[in-house]
Amino acid sequence: MSNGILVVTEQNKGAWHKMSLEALVAGQQLAQSTGQPVSAVVMGAGAAGLAGDLASYKLERVFAVEHDALAQYTADGFTAALAELIQSRQPAYVLFPHTYQVRDFAPKLATRFGRVMVSDVIGFRAESGQVVLQRQLFQGKLNADLRPSADGVVFASIQAGAFRADQLEAGSSTVEAVEVAIDPGVIRAKPEEPFRESARAVDLGAAELIVSVGRGIKEQENIAMVEELARAMGAEIAASRPICDNGWLPMERQVGSSGQTVAPKVYLAIGISGAIQHLVGMKGSKTIVAVNKDPNAPIFEVADYGIVGDLFEVVPALTAEVKKAKGQ
Amino acid sequence: MKIIVALKQVPSRDSQLKIAAGGKWIDESDLSFEINEPDAYALEEALQLKEKHGGEVVVLCAGPERAASSIREALAKGADRAIHIEEDNINQLDTLGIARLLAQAAQGESPDLVLTGLQSDDLGAGQVGVVMAELMNLPHGTIIMQVEKQDGSLRVKRELEDGWFQYVTLPLPALLTIQSGINKLRYATLMGIKKAKTKEIKRISGADLSAGAGPAVSLASVYMPQRTKQTQILDGDAKTAAAKLVEKLRFEVRAL
Repeated sequence: MSNGILVVTEQNKGAWHKMSLEALVAGQQLAQSTGQPVSAVVMGAGAAGLAGDLASYKLERVFAVEHDALAQYTADGFTAALAELIQSRQPAYVLFPHTYQVRDFAPKLATRFGRVMVSDVIGFRAESGQVVLQRQLFQGKLNADLRPSADGVVFASIQAGAFRADQLEAGSSTVEAVEVAIDPGVIRAKPEEPFRESARAVDLGAAELIVSVGRGIKEQENIAMVEELARAMGAEIAASRPICDNGWLPMERQVGSSGQTVAPKVYLAIGISGAIQHLVGMKGSKTIVAVNKDPNAPIFEVADYGIVGDLFEVVPALTAEVKKAKGQ
Repeated sequence: MKIIVALKQVPSRDSQLKIAAGGKWIDESDLSFEINEPDAYALEEALQLKEKHGGEVVVLCAGPERAASSIREALAKGADRAIHIEEDNINQLDTLGIARLLAQAAQGESPDLVLTGLQSDDLGAGQVGVVMAELMNLPHGTIIMQVEKQDGSLRVKRELEDGWFQYVTLPLPALLTIQSGINKLRYATLMGIKKAKTKEIKRISGADLSAGAGPAVSLASVYMPQRTKQTQILDGDAKTAAAKLVEKLRFEVRAL
């Protein structure tokens, strides 16, 4: 099969999901290494208008798919529509942004073609006419190369931040409205309107200094030690997901893909291993400091300064040094 | 409700990982293993649903012999019985292959509900649940934070990104992938551990099920990530390292 690369974009009520553009960049770069043309598809209500946004980029075609059954996202509806498009256009590669929505339907779509989506891809290379995809294992501790078999469509989703949206190449493309036939009877889920839980009282996005705590803290009563350091530094306290899941700190202090995105002057990560779900929420910080006992923890991938050691010794020592420096 | 919980045994979280000779997987010889954390939350949700609405909780696990310890732990926590798909070469199967084994074994039970964790701590593909749903022709919901049983259906709370949520109603039977933190995990009691010894574990050989013809994706190599950023490691004992860091934060970063 050699009918190009299809990038499935994501939008919500006429607004782009920012990872859509990153996936398009991945598509353009894959086009370069495979010599195949790249097209995009925009799905759901408002698709036709948004598709026009992509007309000025270097893409072969932009397909706009609108249908009453796609007005609200359902896995059944999106799978049916994309299965039809893939059947008719026969792309060799289908790329997605690795969003929560893609995680909900793309594995199902790939299964319909007897294929396996390679999820959360961080890079790829062409090797004797075949593509090799890289992804992380063990929450970022290891990397792996994956090789899709040559006898079918390659499905892959692209990790947040793996490609830079500002590298999207300008050019021109043809927008094409695509009709799909979806039997409304195939849609089994009845979705309600999305909502946000109570308004956030804490806006970590505005904090200059953040001290963030993760699993390494072990027990709820040890949180106080980190709070004391935050107080001494004049920093906001934040946490990775498991700490908030346990109720040790309120949910509104969670940094990561399901919590807040922050970019302070200093982000001090204490006992946080650095799974991608956390990194996407903080890797824009100006200076990142990591304290962790495991020298191979993925947090050191993004850290400017690191202390490899027991946080139960390092944190009190840090608090004392900060107090000394500030004359407290 | 008859609930199947598909769970995976994975290396313990704190494991120091070493690449095995040949570079295709990790060296498992010195590792300890545990129930994949999101799957433990799926099991807990199943037990709570059973306590509220009655029925049965059946644990389903594909893996080598060592996986039996995780199965026994699930039984000790309160699952009624288990199915162990004995498969030594689990790492050579792709997501579709594993989902096919699980779906075939689950199909035979005609469950009302299938639960599993949203992803595994080792491979982290986050796909087995959704692929199983497609193979079993079940409606599904992913990254679920709340489950409410209604007459013939479930109303579930899906986690979306960036603090958003959504309620979705799914007809039964259905499959859900459960998010960590949906409930509070219980510990096995001494009584539970004792009882588990008498509970049924049905063993099926992976060879008696069909994983399909050859993998669609194969793992070519596993390796340590290359550092892209130069991290300045501040060494010395805790006090020395802390003093160095404060010095950096004051005079290089100018943040203190």
